This record gives sequence, C-alpha cells and structure tokens, in this order.
Amino acid sequence: MTTTSRWRALTHHHLFWPVAVLVVLLLVNVPFTPDFFSIRMTDGHLYGSLVSIVLFGSPLILVAVGMTLVIATGGIDLSVGAVVAITGALTCSYISDQADQNALSAVFLAMGVGLVAAVVCGLWNGFLVARMGIQPIIATLIIMVAGRGVAQLITDGKIITINSEPYKLIGGGYWLTLPFSIFVVAAVVAVTVALTRRTALGLLVESVGGNAEASRLVGIRSLRIKIMVYVFCALCAGIAGLMISSNTSAADGNNAGLWIELDAILAVVIGGTSLLGGRFSIGGTVIGALVIQTLTTTIYTIGVPTQTNLVFKAAVVIIVCLLQSPKFRAKVFGAKFGSKSGATGGGTSPATPAKTATTPEAAPKMEVS
Amino acid sequence: MSATTQTPTAPDSRTTSKAAQLLGDRRLPVLVTATLFLAMYIAGLSRYQNYGFGEPQVFLNLFIDNGYLLVAAVGATFVIMSGGIDLSVGSVIGFTTMFTAWLVERQGLPILVVIPMALAVGALGGFLMGYVIHNFEIQPFIVTLAGLFLFRGLCLVISKESIAIGDASVSSMAQAQASLGVGFLSVGAIVALVVLAVAFYVLHYTPFGRRVYAIGGNEQSALLMGLPQGGTKIAVYTVSGFCSALAGLLFTLYIQSGDPLHATGMELDAIAAVVIGGTLLTGGSGYVLGTLFGVLVLGLIKSIIQFEGTLSSWWTKIATGVLLCAFILIQRAMTARKKA
Repeated sequence: MTTTSRWRALTHHHLFWPVAVLVVLLLVNVPFTPDFFSIRMTDGHLYGSLVSIVLFGSPLILVAVGMTLVIATGGIDLSVGAVVAITGALTCSYISDQADQNALSAVFLAMGVGLVAAVVCGLWNGFLVARMGIQPIIATLIIMVAGRGVAQLITDGKIITINSEPYKLIGGGYWLTLPFSIFVVAAVVAVTVALTRRTALGLLVESVGGNAEASRLVGIRSLRIKIMVYVFCALCAGIAGLMISSNTSAADGNNAGLWIELDAILAVVIGGTSLLGGRFSIGGTVIGALVIQTLTTTIYTIGVPTQTNLVFKAAVVIIVCLLQSPKFRAKVFGAKFGSKSGATGGGTSPATPAKTATTPEAAPKMEVS
Repeated sequence: MSATTQTPTAPDSRTTSKAAQLLGDRRLPVLVTATLFLAMYIAGLSRYQNYGFGEPQVFLNLFIDNGYLLVAAVGATFVIMSGGIDLSVGSVIGFTTMFTAWLVERQGLPILVVIPMALAVGALGGFLMGYVIHNFEIQPFIVTLAGLFLFRGLCLVISKESIAIGDASVSSMAQAQASLGVGFLSVGAIVALVVLAVAFYVLHYTPFGRRVYAIGGNEQSALLMGLPQGGTKIAVYTVSGFCSALAGLLFTLYIQSGDPLHATGMELDAIAAVVIGGTLLTGGSGYVLGTLFGVLVLGLIKSIIQFEGTLSSWWTKIATGVLLCAFILIQRAMTARKKA
C-alpha cells in the first residue's frame, strides 16, 4: 500500500513526466552508443555526450526560461530569435571594430551594448502589450519580422567573424573543466528561481497570468509586471545571443537563433507550463529544453536521417498538447477514470490523474493573490 | 494617421461628426491601406519615372511576382477572420514545391495529376489541424506550430537537396502569358485573382462567410445562436491549407524548382499582409479586398527597393515591420474607440 501511495505521489509531481521523457530519451541512446553516459577528461576539459547536450542546449534553456515567465503572464514572445540575432550582430560588429579584439574592456563594453539593445526590444514588446493592450502574438511579431532586418542592417548583410579570446569564453570556453556556458545558465536559472520562488514575484506573475484585471484591482501593478517579464525574456534572449555568436565567433543576422522561439515555446509546454498562463515551472522548462536537445542528439546517434528531426519534433508537440488537453484525455482515457484501477494502463493512465491534479491546484493560487 | 490620433477625443458615435463617422466605419483600414498603396505608387512614379516605373507592366508584375503570396494571404484571411491563426502556411508552401517537384521529376507523373494530389494533401493537412483545434480545444497557435514543423520536416524527408523542374509542360505553363493589351499576366497571377474573387464571394455572400465572421466576432454568441461552429472552424483551416497548397503550386511555377527551404517564414508575410489589409487580428472584422491591398503594398515595397538599387533587401523586412506596427496601432485606436 505504501509503495503504491509513494508511486502515486511521485507520478503526481509536476516534474515527473518531463523527467520520465528525458530519461527514456537518454536510455534510448545506450544500445546505439554504449559509452553514452561516460564522461572523459581530455586536456583538463570534460567531454562526453551529456556535457555536449547541456552545452549545445544552453542558449535554448536561457531563452526558454525567459519565455516561461512571459507565458506565465498569459503572453507569448515571438521576437526572441530576432533579439538573439540583434544582440549577436551588435556585439560582434563592435568587437570587430576594435584594434585589439582581446581587450577585456572592449569585450565587456560590446556585450553591454548588445544586452542594452536586447532590453530595449523587451521594453518595446512590453510597452505594446501592457500599455497599448495589443495581443502578445501580434505585438512581438513586429520585432520578429523587423528584427532580422535590423540585424542584417548592423552586419551589413555579411557574416561578421571575430577573433577574440575573452569573448570566445562565454559560448565555447571552459572553466573549472566544464563549458563556461553551463555556469552562465546555472547562474541565470538560480537567480530566476530565487526571484520567483523566494520572493512574491512569482506569485504576482502567476496572478497576472490568471487574471490581469483582477490582479490590478487587488493592487498588483499588472502593467509593470508584464513589462518586466518581457524585458527579462529579451535579456535572456540577449545572453543566448552572446552565447551563440561567441560559440561560432561570428554574427549571422539571418540564421542566428532561427526558430529558437518555437523550440523555446515547445520546451515551456513540455515542461508543463500552461500556455493559458497562471502557473509556471522553471524546473520543468529547463528539463523541457534538455528534452529537445536530447531529442536532436538522439536522432544523430541512432542513425535516423537528421532531416526527420523536424517530423519528430512535430510528433512530440502534438502528443504533449493532446495529453494536456482535457477534452482529449476525457475521450481517450475517459473509461479508465471511473474504475481507478490504472494497473493495466501502465504508462498512460497515471498521466491522467497527474495532469488533472495540477489544474485545480492553479485555481486557489490565483485566489490567494 | 492624423485622423486616428484624434480617436480618444472623438465624440460619441451618436453625434454626426464626420471624423467620428469615418472612424466608426469598418472600411477605414482598407481605405487607409488603399490610400497608402496609391501614395507609394505615385511616389514611385515621381521618383523613378525615367527608369520605367510608369510602365503598366511594372504594375502587372506586382501580381505576377506576388500571386502566390496573395493566395496564401487569402487563406490566412479566413483563419484570422475566424479569430484563429495559421503558422503552417510557409511550411505547406515549401512542402508543396518539394512534393510537386519530386513527383514530376523523380516519379515522372504528369503535372496535371500532381496538381490535384498536392491540393488534396494541403487541404488534408489543414483539415487535420482544424480537427485537432476544434475537437481537443488546443490553441490554434500551438497546433499550427506542430504543422509548421511537420511539413518542413516532410520537405526534408523527401529530399535534402533542391530539385529543379525541367519538365516541358511545367515550363510551358510557367511561361504562358495572357495579354492585356498594355501588358501581360502569368498563369499564377490569374489564378491568384480568381482565388481572390471566389474568396470575396464566399466571405461576403454565403452563409459560410457569415459564420466565419460570427465565430470571429464572438465564439460564445455564435455557439448560443446555434451556428454549426465546429464545422466552420475545421472548414476555415481546411481552406487555409488548400490555399497554402495552391500558393505552393504557384510558387513552384514561379520558381520552377522544389527546395526544402522555400518559403521559410512566409506565414509572417501572409499574416502581415492580412493585418496591413485591415483585418482585425481578434477576428470578426475585415475585408478580403484589404488583403489584396496588403499584398500589393508589400509587393510595392519590394519593387521600390529594387528600383532604388542601392537599398539592400533587408530593408524590406524593416519596412514590413514598421508598416505592421503602424497598422496594429491604427486597429488598436479603432477598437479602443468602439469599447468607449
């Protein structure tokens, strides 16, 4: 009896299903590459599939964490890919103009310029959404369309390559035997979790997502919270932009961060954050982003032609969304609901109570604030 | 623009003030777009007169070069009018070019057999997306996002390399011209105009069109009125899928090749054209003719940048973004006034 209740408690945890998917994906690799989990030390750096999954997934994790907060307020930010491109383009073009590309002060200044541009984009999105009351999809569509043009304007349509050792560190360097970008991601995630879960900020964000008008009447500055999350999202995208351009030592206005907004939204959805807003899970998002990166890696390792990557992704989106849809669950798992046996259902039937359990949980949260 | 900035101070719609009447008119965004188009055209005329901008063929080329976009945008108009959004447009276009090129070149099927197949696949894709959106109440945004991934992925599954079409019947179809006396139109442009006319008739003169408006205006009310909401919603996405596939065929004719990266991001152009054409993104208000002007304005930006010569192509994106922003703000001013 105790084992079943523990099992139920485990499956009820909101991170259970994302983690389960991640573990299954990782295990799928083992028969194809037996040393998948091995990590070896070469030249004082750690190498291995797990390290590279985190390394290549780090820009996506950053963008997805920012996106989580935006989605938690009931919004969406389509402009992150363009912000990635703009930040990379500005920073690289600034560094390439310097006589000494390795000067620390110049690199810091360049990164500052890039991040300020990202913040400006975020302010603009926040202004349109919060002050002008425009639908988030449309408001952020503007920068999504125009932003890549601006990035190409900055780089003059060329791919700017730079040769700067300090700048290379952010996206491609190593520190304490691990890729430096892992530390950046860890810092951003830690700060975000601390700010949202250790202070009231997270509750306020969820409250605005639950009902912006009610939150305003209760005394929460809804508009300010909304602007803040868009700025935060753009800032995260900016840091991701630095990472991507640093990793390749080049700024490509056309392709840097292409489709990253879609991957980020996907990561957020897999992580269990509702697209309707009102609740969010940073941990879930990080795992969601890792799932996407692992999926890409898995497709490479098991020898499926890489071009089917997108088809796999589409299948994942559809399955995750269908599982989240109450109507779909009622239709497919409806019969199993009453019997409560769940023994034969194996993998799928515990999903039903787990998902439904989170929904009523969201409602009292909104009322508290 | 000056008229819209008055919005907050404009008197109540009961008064007979001309400004207020104008602002209350649902046709205003379309008129603004049409005026903008004319102004841009005249500006182009005065600036590049010596370079042949005034030739009728330059104007007709707008239809020839943007026929596929017009068809895609008409499909997007249906979806947006019903309050939804379709992000899969560009991918379906890309997939259709690939599918057509593959069947014609690699499988040796005649183009006349391939056309209905491509259209059916597009419509089926749209139908499935509509079915999922309606029956499982998942946001259109995320479902069509899955469609975007799926069709772009299917492109790559067919082939990673682009496939050039050398088939004689395809190239003769692509080069066929209809003379209009002062110039000529290509097959693609004529098909696009026919699609526009059909869409105009369907949206404004059939029960289906009224239902699209009703659902976009207020889904709840439409449901309470007893409109067959589900069928309409699914139909709207089917129309969009069909239009995207047709746009893909026109694009194939225009470019005579299939490439897995064709039409990447064209859904944004289509949505931008619809918004610039004055359709409210919240649904329920707009005209398909506005979409025509939206497409023409986008096309004109492209030709002006070509005529300018020194401007680079990325200015197209920036100009589109700026226009999009301006029109969204106009829409906002209009809807804000209605609420007041």
